[in-house]
Amino acid sequence: MSAKARARRTNFLLDVTLFVICILLLTPLILLIANGFKTPQEMLVWPPTLFPKDPTLENFHKVFTETPLLQWMLNSFLFALLSTVAIVATSALAGYIVGKFPFRAINIIFILFLATAIIPFEVYMIPLYFQVKALGLLNSVGGLLVGYLVMSFGIFLIRQNVIASIPDELLEAARIDGAGELWIFWYVVLPLLRGPLAALAVLAFFQAWTAFAWPIIVMTRKKSFTIEVGLANFQSAYTVDLSLLSAASAAVMVPSVLAFVLLRRNFVEGIAASGMKE
Amino acid sequence: MLRRKQFWFAIMAILPTFAIFGWVRLFPIIETLRLSMHEWNLLSKNKPFVGFQNFIELFSDNQFMDALTNTAVIAFGAMAVTIPMSMVLAAIIYHRTRSRFSGFYETAVFIPHVVSLVPAAMAWKWIFDAKLGPLNAIIMGLGGDALPWLFDPVLSVICIIFLVSWQTLGYGVLIYLVGFRNLPKSVFEAAQLDGANGFQSFLYMSVPLLKPITLYVSVVTLISGFNVYAQAYVLASDTQGAPGRQVRVLVLDMLENSFQNFRVGYAAAEAVILLSIVLLLTMIQFGLLRGKGGR
Repeated sequence: MSAKARARRTNFLLDVTLFVICILLLTPLILLIANGFKTPQEMLVWPPTLFPKDPTLENFHKVFTETPLLQWMLNSFLFALLSTVAIVATSALAGYIVGKFPFRAINIIFILFLATAIIPFEVYMIPLYFQVKALGLLNSVGGLLVGYLVMSFGIFLIRQNVIASIPDELLEAARIDGAGELWIFWYVVLPLLRGPLAALAVLAFFQAWTAFAWPIIVMTRKKSFTIEVGLANFQSAYTVDLSLLSAASAAVMVPSVLAFVLLRRNFVEGIAASGMKE
Repeated sequence: MLRRKQFWFAIMAILPTFAIFGWVRLFPIIETLRLSMHEWNLLSKNKPFVGFQNFIELFSDNQFMDALTNTAVIAFGAMAVTIPMSMVLAAIIYHRTRSRFSGFYETAVFIPHVVSLVPAAMAWKWIFDAKLGPLNAIIMGLGGDALPWLFDPVLSVICIIFLVSWQTLGYGVLIYLVGFRNLPKSVFEAAQLDGANGFQSFLYMSVPLLKPITLYVSVVTLISGFNVYAQAYVLASDTQGAPGRQVRVLVLDMLENSFQNFRVGYAAAEAVILLSIVLLLTMIQFGLLRGKGGR
């Protein structure tokens, strides 16, 4: 066999292997969606069926009419949206400042930002909870937001991009033309940061959307649950109805997976940047 | 004059972010450190200083030691599964970069990482279910005995490791792919000319060259493993949601001590231990990187 033919055969085998692995990785999610279409009776059949014999939309109907799932999704969406706005705004401005204004005071502030970046949220969330409580913000999106207003990694990401892609000469030229600092930030710097800011926005949104430990302590009333907390408590609040539970999980999962597939480039850019900081 | 104007602009512009930062990060972090040395039952006004008493008590507290062990096993277990698998998978995907399916591969591997924790845990919960799940159906189909996956304390830790690894794999692959793309091509061409096959150049060249990446992914995986909570919350509570059956992990123990046993200072001491573990891991990473002369 010629070398070329052998290479082609190896490649074919590798493709097959990758396909099998990818399908295996996605199987739990596919099965979850399939379970959402099963009748409660079929869920109790042994051996379990992989795909519904008698698919029904009843579970989805029930989930949206009889449970506060929509309310929970709305809570999560609002929280994630506001958190994204806050993180993008603070990171853009602070990232630009620490990247381009190397005064000693600014450097000290940057070191403080960085030093706390590795401390997990779980470490300080209990004192933060009492701060939120003192403000009377428990069970409100505002209280939830307190934990997700800033992101050290976001500031770092923007700083790296500012240093790499915005030449000092450009800023100097604008200053000589008499432009004010805010004008420069708004009309010169921000447009050049569109890519990294989009990546950061996607990252921030997903971070808030999937938050769990913080919402579970701040949101204790059923109406104010986020979708993650709501789903997790679903299993104790409702009778054990696995098909209903699966339908609810699938209804939550599918939009976020679709959003990811559409925004994959931005997402990957953001995450990959986190690994490049050596 | 211009410089002074710039300085004041920089200060004024960074002030709002810094103020928020102090309020929601620096203050609660310092408060955690302070509370860990005090006793506070949530109700009483005074919080007496107890020094290291909380820490001393923690190490003779069976529930805490249980949580610490479980969490460490989960974190190291997930790392041991994730690192080799994501490295090999990334190598194959990188090798097939020009395949018309490469986009599909990357997306499929990464989806488990972006699915939110609770729906993902729900999916696995059914698979592991002792009475209804397909895993036991397969085992019995092959002639084995059904296992009580989510009821046995050891097996449920294994289940959590499985779930965590499945979620982290996509992240590992992504970072390794970046690593593979940054490797010097010429070295590999030279090796190929010398007759090294793909497997050999993976083992003797990629693996050592990717050491900094491996170190980074290991530390990130370990740190996120030590913060495991949602997975244990969903997966290891029985179908009725009885909390008694949960696999005890650090964050769970911390929240229970704070909000059910009303021992906030004690919980803060646990948080400080979690913090020390994370700092230690990060320092080891930096130390090893510097020892190798970076890259």
